[in-house]
Amino acid sequence: MAQADGGRVQALLRSEDKVLRRWVEAAETPLRGRLTTGELERTCSDLLAVLGEAVAGGGLDVTSAAYAGARGFLAELSRDWARRGFSPSETASAVFALKDALFAAADEDGEGGESGGDLATVLESSRWVDALGLVTFESFARAREQVISEQAEQLLELTTPVVKLWEGVVAVPLIGTLDSARTQIVMEKLLQTLVDTGSEHAIIDITGVPAVDTEVAQHLLKTVVAARLMGAECTISGIRPQIAQTIVMLGIEFGDITTKSTLADALLHAMRGTGVEVVRRRTGSR
Amino acid sequence: MTTSTGVEELPIRTGDDVVRVRQLVRARAQEVRLSLVDQTKLVTAASELARNTLVHGGSGTATVETLTRDGRSGIRAVFADEGPGIPDVDQALTPGWTSGSGLGLGLSGARKLVDEFAIDTAVGRGTTVTVVKWTR
Ligand SMILES: Nc1ncnc2c1ncn2[C@@H]1O[C@H](COP(=O)(O)OP(=O)(O)O)[C@@H](O)[C@H]1O
Ligand SMILES: [Mg+2]
Repeated sequence: MAQADGGRVQALLRSEDKVLRRWVEAAETPLRGRLTTGELERTCSDLLAVLGEAVAGGGLDVTSAAYAGARGFLAELSRDWARRGFSPSETASAVFALKDALFAAADEDGEGGESGGDLATVLESSRWVDALGLVTFESFARAREQVISEQAEQLLELTTPVVKLWEGVVAVPLIGTLDSARTQIVMEKLLQTLVDTGSEHAIIDITGVPAVDTEVAQHLLKTVVAARLMGAECTISGIRPQIAQTIVMLGIEFGDITTKSTLADALLHAMRGTGVEVVRRRTGSR
Repeated sequence: MTTSTGVEELPIRTGDDVVRVRQLVRARAQEVRLSLVDQTKLVTAASELARNTLVHGGSGTATVETLTRDGRSGIRAVFADEGPGIPDVDQALTPGWTSGSGLGLGLSGARKLVDEFAIDTAVGRGTTVTVVKWTR
């Protein structure tokens, strides 16, 4: 029997124009302002076309090979919407709005119509749209994760500025949880800045770092060695008491690396190294 | 008697997961009011062990829970993988010994940073490291 293979849904989809119009109407509300009506119409119309083909070939089984095109379309759509900042519920609502259109079509079709216009039709189309909704949701979630991790990467670049503190002195203040990737990026950037600016002093300030484990320490040590090979001196500043204790217990040796308790001390040390003395002007003199 | 509450399990499959484990352990350590120094010690130990789970074990899980015993609170963290296991635990616990390119100070260091430390490992079956840090 054709019915079980999606015959009812297929029959409903046959009145394409009506379904499309209702779908766009129902989807517009949750998506208000996100898309122009024209764009929404085009999207729904293209989607209806691929869905029509899919139902014809694979019935209601959205996992079947006949749905490859439809799944691809939904994945592409989710990615696009995730990138444009649509919320999960906005995206899901837009797909679920197809139910409204199908139910209305079934209702109109009535008892004698092709679709049967009965409870079975409503159930069938409801399940089918739910399955499509899940496909959409999965790819949406995946796309969002990707967007978030891309943003995190961009943020990473932004939040690790290498700054010039004085002629010949550059510094990088490390802030927050350091993972290996981030430490690596920061350290590479620092070395590059040393080259670009021809500085002979680098300060790595770790005041904002809540914990230093052996991996982070290893990156720090490697950077100091690399800086030395480039003829620059590296100072580590802002090692807080709890971190100093932990580093000692881990057995990490900073050897002959200069450490200073504050960034200010480290700057002073570096300036002295470049031959600059800082003296306080006596007030009231001359 | 020791009671346990709020068991949370996190996967360790990527470097980001290691960061998440560290953040969870810190949040739980703050909850039971571990001192700042003890928080830092526990978080650092967790960081080492989670990274070992990822790097040496391939992948695994971290389970974190809050303990209470005789009016003291503590945090237990369990790092489990089904990786290659550790053939010689004494060697692995020797400061500076590494089978890879690390500093070889993570496992031995983690043991010093916590109050209780246990390794259960078998070659070919995997490794489970359990640590506990108590409030003073
Ligand atoms: N979960 C694990 N699975 C297998 N081997 C491990 C695991 N944890 C630690 N090891 C072994 O113990 C050694 C020492 O670990 P560690 O002190 O953390 O040093 P590192 O990680 O720098 O090599 C590792 O090099 C590895 O051979
Ligand atoms: Mg290690």
